[in-house]
Amino acid sequence: MDSFYRANNMDWQAIGLSVRLSISTTLILLALGLPLAYWLTFSKRRWKFLIEAVVALPLVLPPTVLGFYVLLAIGPRSPIGALYARLTGGMLPFSFQGLLLASVLYSLPFTVQPVAAAFAAVDPRLLEASWCLGVSRAATFRRVLAPLALPGIATGAILSFAHTMGEFGVVLMVGGNIAGVTRTVSISIYDQVQALNYTAAAWTSLFLLGFSFTVLVFTYSLQRRIWSIWPGRHGL
Amino acid sequence: MASELSCHCRRRLPSGFEVDADLRIPFDQSPVTILFGPSGSGKTTLLRMIAGLDRPDAGAISFLGRDWFDSARAIHLPPQQRRAAFLFQDYALFPHLTVAANIAFAARPGKARELLKAFGLADLARRKPHAISGGQQQRVALARALAADPALLLLDEPLSALDAPTRARMRYELRRMLLDAGVPAIVVTHDRMEAVALGDWMAVIVDGRIRQTGPIQDVFRHPADALVAGSVGVENVLPAGIVAREDGLLTIQVGASRWQCVDSGGLPSGEGPVFACIRAEDVTLTRELPQSSSARNRIPGIVRSVILEGPLARVELDCGFPMVAVITAQSAGELQLRAGDSLSAIVKATSVHLTG
Repeated sequence: MDSFYRANNMDWQAIGLSVRLSISTTLILLALGLPLAYWLTFSKRRWKFLIEAVVALPLVLPPTVLGFYVLLAIGPRSPIGALYARLTGGMLPFSFQGLLLASVLYSLPFTVQPVAAAFAAVDPRLLEASWCLGVSRAATFRRVLAPLALPGIATGAILSFAHTMGEFGVVLMVGGNIAGVTRTVSISIYDQVQALNYTAAAWTSLFLLGFSFTVLVFTYSLQRRIWSIWPGRHGL
Repeated sequence: MASELSCHCRRRLPSGFEVDADLRIPFDQSPVTILFGPSGSGKTTLLRMIAGLDRPDAGAISFLGRDWFDSARAIHLPPQQRRAAFLFQDYALFPHLTVAANIAFAARPGKARELLKAFGLADLARRKPHAISGGQQQRVALARALAADPALLLLDEPLSALDAPTRARMRYELRRMLLDAGVPAIVVTHDRMEAVALGDWMAVIVDGRIRQTGPIQDVFRHPADALVAGSVGVENVLPAGIVAREDGLLTIQVGASRWQCVDSGGLPSGEGPVFACIRAEDVTLTRELPQSSSARNRIPGIVRSVILEGPLARVELDCGFPMVAVITAQSAGELQLRAGDSLSAIVKATSVHLTG
């Protein structure tokens, strides 16, 4: 009964919301990040490094700064906010959709960088051989590049998922603290501590710690296993 | 006219090296064309431009009357629309796919299975590329290319990744497979043996420019200039002067000696500087005393070195100019050659080829 009480003390609604946010973010990032990583890897444009720097910004920028700019960008008086209001009648700040947008930007490098590194490790002649056999660029991406870069793609997806699960600063700036809408796990822990409810905070923190550790253990073991079924590529 | 590749295009590489090739290949006369040149001569770059993998800075490429590239009209077909299958030096087989899946990669149904059998790969169908030998990998690469019904095959140094015994065997096997396929092929190589064994017709590229084209034996026997002679492996390219011409016979001055050679025409009339080209295997050595012989040139010299290369011996002579002879190891033994020996090099008048 005691453990049941403790478990009930955890903010399951916040955990559920965080999982939903992380899954959505990861799916959107896979759709956006793979083409972006492809472009970053294979484009010969001189100004490519500028885009690389922009993609990497969330790695070094304080989440509050990123959150602040996102908040300005999606506010009702901004073009993006106005367009969204016209299309849906709703508002982006302090909504799940606004939070999702911020999360996607915030986790972008966590998808793009491992995927781009995996793309760069694939022998470009394999792609060229496929093109010369009459296979389109899109089909070559799907049939040659993506399977060979699978470990990198898996790493990118898992890291983005885990990173979004633990997000705090950006959520606070863009999403606020609305139960069931924008109150994620980390916000919930902060609330519990503010309310001096240390037991609940401890259990929620332990959950997040255990989750993060499990995800990382899974990622690294998966990587090793995928590498080992891809023969002859161990050194890359 | 119909069955030909026409390519005159220019591309400057980041290193500053420029390929500026003007080439016309009549495939009806030459099912297998050799693109021959020393390393760094621009062979691979030219092949990549033909495939559509690299874009020329300027020029035009057309195949069977269809424009593949034309800088003036902004035409640049992607590789997919050219259907010029490219065989890379190390084959570029897809490592995550089995042999069967590699061959079926761009094949229409049925064709892959047919080729798998025809190339003797049926037993290896389920293996991954890393688990088969180099020679087998090459067959898979060729089968994969042919399965896609290519209009043209481009092979970049197809035998260079193989060990020596396999390479010697594969030369003839590859030639047979290319002829059986009935698809015109361009093979890049810098190996003379490979060129002779594989091809019908050849283009020599040196320093990014096509220097000579023609049937292979013609090019080897009659290099157009000293640069081609040097690159197709004519070891002796000696500066000479024409002294006299009569009855189709030329007298030339090489160093201190006068030689006779056959006037094959094509040289500028009158007297002037030329190059005498002699292949090392056309030089014989003797210790006999000089006696006149109209068809032979006898050049006294001193042995500088003797290097045994398997069944052959490479002898370097000093005749007032350096001269290389390749003789059998057996005759080298019979002559008891040693560095410092004096003897005579003999070159038939018909073995001396003059170029401008």
